[in-house]
Amino acid sequence: MSTMRIFDIAGSAMAAQSARLNTVASNLANADSVSGDAQSVYRARMPMFQAQLDAANPESAGVRVLGIVESTAEAQKRYEPGHPLADAEGYVYAPNVNVVEEMVNMISASRSYQSSVEVMNTAKELAMRTLTLGK
Amino acid sequence: MAGTVDPLFGIHAQALQIQQRRMTLLAGNIANADTPGFQARDLDFKTALEQAMGNGSSTLNTDQAGHLDGAGTQADPALMYRVPLQPSVDGNTVDVQTEQAAFMDSALRYQASLSFLDGKLKSLLTAITGE
Repeated sequence: MSTMRIFDIAGSAMAAQSARLNTVASNLANADSVSGDAQSVYRARMPMFQAQLDAANPESAGVRVLGIVESTAEAQKRYEPGHPLADAEGYVYAPNVNVVEEMVNMISASRSYQSSVEVMNTAKELAMRTLTLGK
Repeated sequence: MAGTVDPLFGIHAQALQIQQRRMTLLAGNIANADTPGFQARDLDFKTALEQAMGNGSSTLNTDQAGHLDGAGTQADPALMYRVPLQPSVDGNTVDVQTEQAAFMDSALRYQASLSFLDGKLKSLLTAITGE
């Protein structure tokens, strides 16, 4: 039934946006996790979104998380010879997490999530009113 | 009773279905607001209603036996891509504010049709029960 399709679509959007919020949380939490070499340091993660087309309903598309990719930006190199994790030359490597970018991502994800909640609420209300038709 | 105006409920049964279809489309647009390359679509109510009433002809005229009427080969004429007000770099043409406004509009029209149907049903019940 097609009313329920709206719930599927809004639900897929909420799931995708919460995956995005999760990666933001992970990135912010690890923003200061330094490492002794550039390879093993934490890298910023981000989800890839893709429209989810349903063969039975080609008109309407939900969204799905295709996968989580890691940023390929360079790790930040800091000269801290006193740091216990510092390499032979005295450098530590900080993650390539851009905190400002992450905050913007968080706000965008939360706004999109709210939009989907709103859509779902409206669809629910209309479905309820349809069910009580003539009463 | 496809193709005719229902004597009791008028166009409202079809209108409800079309508004629901439109809301599903718009929900898909809102869901894909952050999907790169996604192109927003919307439904033209007038065309869709004409189609539902059986007036809208989406086939070609034929006057020879070998002509094809093109039925089933064309895309739905009521379904159109949105022209973006502010196109984004990643190719996404969803403008969330526009979509939300359109969704709200569709929901309101759905409720209007529901109210009409409700009134009809209530007056029918009054006629049947005589109360």
